[in-house]
Amino acid sequence: MAAKTLTIDGKLISAEESATVLQAADEAGVKIPTLCHLEGVYDVGACRLCLVEIAGNPKLMSACTTRVREGMEVTTDSDRLQKYRRMTLELLFAERNHVCAVCVANGHCELQALAYQQGMDHVRYDYCYPQWEVDASHRLFGMDHNRCVLCTRCVRACWHIEGAGTKNVSGRGGRSKIITDLDDAWGDSKTCTQCGKCVLACPTGALFHQGSTAAEMQRDRSKLEFIVNAREKKQWSV
Amino acid sequence: MTHADLQQIKERELAGRKKMVLRCCMAAGCMSLDSKGIKERLEKALAEAGLHNDVEVIGVGCMKLCCAGPLVQADPDGPLYTNVTAENAPSIIAAIKGGRSALEQADPQSPFFTQQQSIVLANSGLIDPERIEAYIAVDGYTALLNALTELDPKGVVETLVSSGLRGRGGAGFPTGLKWGTVAKSPGAKKYIICNADEGDPGAFMDRSVLESDPHSILEGMAIAAYAVGADQGFIYVRAEYPLAISRLQTAIKQAKRLGILGSGIFESPFNFNIDLRIGAGAFVCGEETALMASVEGKRGTPRPRPPFPAESGLWGCPTLINNVETLANIAPILRHGAEWFAGIGTLRSKGTKVFALAGKIQNTGLIEVPMGTPLRTIVETMGGGAPDGRQIKAVQTGGPSGGCIPAQHLDIPVDYESLTTLGSIMGSGGMIVMDDSTRMVDVARFFMEFCMDESCGKCIPCRAGTVQMHHLLEKILARKATARDLAKLEDLCDMVKHTSLCGLGQTAPNPVVSTLRFFRHEYEELLQDEAADPNAAGHDTAASPVTPAI
Repeated sequence: MAAKTLTIDGKLISAEESATVLQAADEAGVKIPTLCHLEGVYDVGACRLCLVEIAGNPKLMSACTTRVREGMEVTTDSDRLQKYRRMTLELLFAERNHVCAVCVANGHCELQALAYQQGMDHVRYDYCYPQWEVDASHRLFGMDHNRCVLCTRCVRACWHIEGAGTKNVSGRGGRSKIITDLDDAWGDSKTCTQCGKCVLACPTGALFHQGSTAAEMQRDRSKLEFIVNAREKKQWSV
Repeated sequence: MTHADLQQIKERELAGRKKMVLRCCMAAGCMSLDSKGIKERLEKALAEAGLHNDVEVIGVGCMKLCCAGPLVQADPDGPLYTNVTAENAPSIIAAIKGGRSALEQADPQSPFFTQQQSIVLANSGLIDPERIEAYIAVDGYTALLNALTELDPKGVVETLVSSGLRGRGGAGFPTGLKWGTVAKSPGAKKYIICNADEGDPGAFMDRSVLESDPHSILEGMAIAAYAVGADQGFIYVRAEYPLAISRLQTAIKQAKRLGILGSGIFESPFNFNIDLRIGAGAFVCGEETALMASVEGKRGTPRPRPPFPAESGLWGCPTLINNVETLANIAPILRHGAEWFAGIGTLRSKGTKVFALAGKIQNTGLIEVPMGTPLRTIVETMGGGAPDGRQIKAVQTGGPSGGCIPAQHLDIPVDYESLTTLGSIMGSGGMIVMDDSTRMVDVARFFMEFCMDESCGKCIPCRAGTVQMHHLLEKILARKATARDLAKLEDLCDMVKHTSLCGLGQTAPNPVVSTLRFFRHEYEELLQDEAADPNAAGHDTAASPVTPAI
């Protein structure tokens, strides 16, 4: 297989012929932000966070779906790209109810990490506050559509790693929704193998293990008692 | 089927004609006003008058002046009756016998008709779309026969290249170049698709062509298939066009019966079949990669290009996708020659273009004019200007991907390049005229709502960006927006245009950008003072949540 030589952010690198710009950049230590990309499943170029500038091409190209070419000059971090990435993230935060403080994925969420990384400190757009349901019908897993970014990583993991084809997308535009079978309750699914790969694939808190949520929601009521005792009886018993 | 057989069918058809023909429009618009019932009454009245041996009534395709339908015309240049009802039938027949009819008529010598130049619509309104014999009688399928017997595939591509034909679906890509690319792509199996998923609001050109002359599409597809080496074609037509679907089915059945589709066409080694695929109502399925996904039975969402369909299309095979109107041009080009076609139109836009005139205009309907015809000729001379004594304010072309051309620019020639310089596009041919009562921010909001509803939801800028742009437009219209909101809107237009995955998203901001370019003051008049806005200083987010899309 022939290798290709190209420049990424001014750095001359070599890459395998079949590599994508994203893979080549990764190998060269250049980090391009991604959200819908997941190692192990094919890329769809949907989140548009990995858009890069390629010299001679008037269009921005998604790094995850663009193959390397000889002599290609790629820019991954121009002011313009940074601006678009921040806007994309702001649009996502305004689209559904991403409230980190009450999310099971707080602290280990790719959306949250991207927002920090891209310096997104506020959202300029009006929040949509949609009313999405939570499907907690499954014994092991749950799906909170309020946290979903529609990256379809779960769908691709379900079809192409597990081969079950349980997860899919219904509706269009802002009404798009990840569904189980023909929009059935997850707990009723006959096709779900309960493998949990979709939960592993999810970048946010949209898909979660039932157990871990319950653990995070355990309440320590003795704290209330401690505060009341301290206030009213001036007793600081530990 | 040979040349002699075709000739024989033609002669038999012409010999069977009666002395006089009454043509009755049987396209969807007139059918909705009972033109079928009118045709039956005409036949009955003929029999009663004892004229049925000399006069026949035929159902034909679109007769173009849709606003005055149902239309009935006696012989090519006889009186053109408008707004006909079944009760008018005896009066029309009486007029044939020599009496004068007091019925409403349109003047066939008015500019609406005389300024047209018909290539694509040459048979529209003249022949019965449900009979293959009628198409053969106007030399139908001779172009295919000649291509198969006189030309090699390369020769067909060369003819197309020198004709200068460009795609009529909107982007204007040179058709010959596209054919050449698919022909050169390696692969034993190739496909050809006719994109009949016409979805722009106010556009009905492709529907009319399919309803009026379905065989011209089959012939164009067969020639294209021969040129690129495909043996299977699909017509992707939207389910909202039931009449077009049924006429295509009839046409395919008739062509198969005569051996014009199938194996060994015209006794050559060329095999070609056509199947219909019915769209389920998604606008995005007009985008070629989404269309192919839909034909394959998948969810109709676009994918990044490259690879282009010419290289890897349906099921990974090289695929040629052409629009209905593009394919309708093929047979005429081969019949009359590339030079003839290249002699019509402008330097870079050859041939004619069909437009669906709609909106605030006197003569709503279908027109076909040479490329380069001034917009003013189309909307004022042919269209008759705005009704009720109002003034034309702007003309919208290109549907939700296009833009508004203000009245001061009406003198531009209508060709691909000129429209682009004004921030609009040729598009597929929808032309919506607006008068001075139209608020341009409303227009932008309408198209943005359309794009928001029709976004497939795959990529974030289009899915979430259109929602926010629509929200900002609503806010402006509700007089709750400030200059900052307008800046936000413009920023989003730029971002959605440059970052969206497919053409739908990339062009969704166009109606806003183009109305801002020419009618910025209409936006600014609606803005509120920053100081007077109680929600200023960053608290506006909590004050007016976006109406959820669900």
